Amino acid sequence: MSTTVSSPRPGSPKPGGAGAAAPATVLAAKPVSWKTPVLLAVFALVSLVFFGFLAPRQTASFGISTGGDFFQLPALEINAFAGGIVLSVLLVALAGYAVFLKTKGQPAPGWLPVTFIVIFVAAFLIWVVGGARTPAISLAGLIAGSVTLAVPLVFGSLSGVLCERVGVVNIAIEGQLLGGAFTAAIVASMTKNAFIGLLAAAIAGAVVSMVLALFSIKYLVNQIIVGVVLNVLVSGVTGFLFSTVMQANKAQFNSPPGLDVIDIPVLSSIPIIGPILFRQSLVGYLMYVAVAVVWVGLFKTRWGLRVRAVGEHPQAADTLGINVNATRFWNVTLGGAVAGIGGSFFTLVAIDSFTKEISGGRGFIALAALIFGRWNPVGAFFAALLFGFADNLQSIVTIIGTPVPSQFMAMLPYLVTVLAVAGLVGKSRGPAASGIPYVKG
Amino acid sequence: MVRVLKLELRGITKRFGTLLANDHIDVVVEPGQIHCLLGENGAGKSTLMNVLYGLYEPTEGDILIDDKPVAFRGPGDAMAAGIGMVHQHFMLVPVFTVAENVALGAEPTKAAGFLNLDQTRQRIKEISDQYGFNVDPDALVEDLPVGVQQRVEIIKALVRDARVLILDEPTAVLTPQETDELLDIMRQLKSRGTSIVFISHKLREVKAVSDTITVIRRGKVVGTADPAASTTELASMMVGRAVSLTLDKAPAQPKETTFEVRDLTVVAPNGQHVVDHLSFHIRRGEILAIAGVQGNGQTELTEAILGLQERVTGSIVLDGKELVGRSVKEVLEAGVGFVPEDRKVDGLVGTFSVAENLVLDLYDKPPFAKGISMSPAKVMENAKQRIGEFDVRTPSAAAAAGTLSGGNQQKLVMARELSRPLRLFIASQPTRGVDVGSIEFLHRRIVAERDQGTPVMIISTELDEVMELADRIAVLYKGKLVGTVPAGTSRDVLGLMMAGIPPEEHTPEEQTPDGHSPVHHAQTPQAGTPAPASNAEGADHA
Repeated sequence: MSTTVSSPRPGSPKPGGAGAAAPATVLAAKPVSWKTPVLLAVFALVSLVFFGFLAPRQTASFGISTGGDFFQLPALEINAFAGGIVLSVLLVALAGYAVFLKTKGQPAPGWLPVTFIVIFVAAFLIWVVGGARTPAISLAGLIAGSVTLAVPLVFGSLSGVLCERVGVVNIAIEGQLLGGAFTAAIVASMTKNAFIGLLAAAIAGAVVSMVLALFSIKYLVNQIIVGVVLNVLVSGVTGFLFSTVMQANKAQFNSPPGLDVIDIPVLSSIPIIGPILFRQSLVGYLMYVAVAVVWVGLFKTRWGLRVRAVGEHPQAADTLGINVNATRFWNVTLGGAVAGIGGSFFTLVAIDSFTKEISGGRGFIALAALIFGRWNPVGAFFAALLFGFADNLQSIVTIIGTPVPSQFMAMLPYLVTVLAVAGLVGKSRGPAASGIPYVKG
Repeated sequence: MVRVLKLELRGITKRFGTLLANDHIDVVVEPGQIHCLLGENGAGKSTLMNVLYGLYEPTEGDILIDDKPVAFRGPGDAMAAGIGMVHQHFMLVPVFTVAENVALGAEPTKAAGFLNLDQTRQRIKEISDQYGFNVDPDALVEDLPVGVQQRVEIIKALVRDARVLILDEPTAVLTPQETDELLDIMRQLKSRGTSIVFISHKLREVKAVSDTITVIRRGKVVGTADPAASTTELASMMVGRAVSLTLDKAPAQPKETTFEVRDLTVVAPNGQHVVDHLSFHIRRGEILAIAGVQGNGQTELTEAILGLQERVTGSIVLDGKELVGRSVKEVLEAGVGFVPEDRKVDGLVGTFSVAENLVLDLYDKPPFAKGISMSPAKVMENAKQRIGEFDVRTPSAAAAAGTLSGGNQQKLVMARELSRPLRLFIASQPTRGVDVGSIEFLHRRIVAERDQGTPVMIISTELDEVMELADRIAVLYKGKLVGTVPAGTSRDVLGLMMAGIPPEEHTPEEQTPDGHSPVHHAQTPQAGTPAPASNAEGADHA
């Protein structure tokens, strides 16, 4: 539609500015911002200086195979200095390419920042491991551990996706995770059955969500406030019951049977992907299923179309005979159940008992993953993996002993969260009606 | 083969708290007719249709289809009964495709709830071909022009087999050409057996297309009218008293140019150039009307002049002073009076009293302020004077501004803005949602300001208002100036300009009576230009 007429206009424009109908000029669609090239250049230089020139003169060793694999691959041995230099030069080249594109007025292609991040992380890894007392880590263990740590995050962000897509902001993910963790522990302990505990966790998460849904949909209370209050409430209630009931009789109330890791025969012995995909607990496998089901459900089914319509334009959905508030209520409830299952991971898989604040703020990281993943279940899954990776990396690196103080490494997951949400999300757009209660008329 | 149905509303009453929006309304829509509900903004037309569509439950009264009473508990029931509605604000999900929007709520599915949109695409193609809609089922709705979005809404109703189609103020967002196309579509729908309830306050359109007209005023049916009745008759019925539809104004006596905009560009947060290298000027004692379909940069232009826009380049000069880069306060102090397009949001503080609203821009200056204290007595005194002068109908000067009617709120804003000596007066949508009686008054005040020698800029999406007030007309399209033409330019030419076609491409015979017009004739008259029925009768504003 941007056809431009630059027909020569007879008659000279008057000095008073009477030539009002100035011929329109063609403009470039959108000015390309300097933000990305500059950011990349800064990080490339940081990498060159610290991971390259200031790199430790040790050899970093990355184990690839684990014990149960079909065949053993030799560990990757990389000279930290050489590796750092090579990767940093690659980063500088990528940053240079982005600058070059900018001068030609083109934006950087999507693969560029992604490749940049992967190489930067690799350079960082080599530097950290190379400087450690025992310069060796297991790459397979690092990644498999990341997936494990990401499980509750994935469930939490799926809960967020389900709620926000239908138009309710779910700040209460933390409370749902915590409620799920507590209920799973106490129910599984009392029934001596982990599966019943899992089911109970889902119900607990759903109950927390129903409170959120009731107040935000029926009584139109600000959703953020209800969510925050719920987090505090669940934290208080579980903390109180933990000290009064669980600690008094640990054997009866706080020693749940765990959900064991189930190795899928044959598949679990494939190097690298075996431990990641096929050595999971039941909750871990459920995670993969949940991501797929939510994605297919949201984008391929009638249910999903209606959910998204309600979250984007509730009036439109209403005029087509869709019950907006009922749709919202049940989806928020479902979201809570999903987060509850995620919470059971803490007490049935990761640790064999409940402690106060066991979810440790992961509900909020899940919220970040949801935004970083652009309200898409698959995106949220990968975003949660990234946070899980950062989390796992800091604990492994602390164990092998690096020159970086462990307190700094402990900041890593949160630093990644801030950078990801503030810097990399860009112009992602959430559901238009998210957070806005629907009132008829 | 086509199912036709007779629709009857009997004694419909709808109350919101103490407000009586519909008072025992009786309407009969005969099969295969275009039935117009004519009434001013706020007369209760939309409420009535929302009752009919099942969105509101009537306090009293019955809906009858083919003489049998029905009860709608929601829009789903109404659709099932064969009633479809195109709302004034489109009910389309912007990020969905056309097919997804059409399917929503009545989705064809395969096993296990999986969507089968192929079926919907097929139906859209059929209807689109049948009526010549030219709609792509896979286009994203947010990328479509409003005229096409409206067709998507009509398709939505037709897919659901609507036999009665309610169109609520369908022309408010359309260019005159798009309006004529819509009227054609309505006639076509009628010829295929679909009855239409057409809600409007625009007399020209109502007369052009209706079979029957029911006039509604203050929630009551005041009578039916013949489409052959004159515009003045219809307007008097709608307003309830004789109204003069034409404004008597003396020809402009323009003096020197004191306000000039040069090469003004405003960049929106998304990087789009919402105002694009705009240049124009206004002389003292003339009214420049900025015409254009809503959303073509008018809002951003006024905000840029006021100093409310961040990314502005170019120059805005008033009395030799540059305004770009100044704060709003500085701009106001330079003598700019401004009536914003949305009075409730930007023009008034609804919970403040009428008196307080009248000094919103002067509260810190004498005589209203002394040092850090305000003088309530002076504020009240000022209020009494302005209320009298502008005929603001309010219970008292202490009443909350939000409780006044639209017309009185607008008078209040206008009273405040015109209460100090101005060097430039800008009024954006000065009569939107204002009753016809108040329109006359407001228009006269605007012309009076012009006659005092103030440069006046009017922004209006209502072509009738533009044609009535303007001494010169500038047309905006996608943030660019399509052209500036003299008053008296025909509706057809302006309509094409509003669609982005510059005047020299279609006005071989148009004269430019004054030498100030920058419009020049094209060498080749453009063939094939649609020539919709021109409007010979008086202006039908409202």
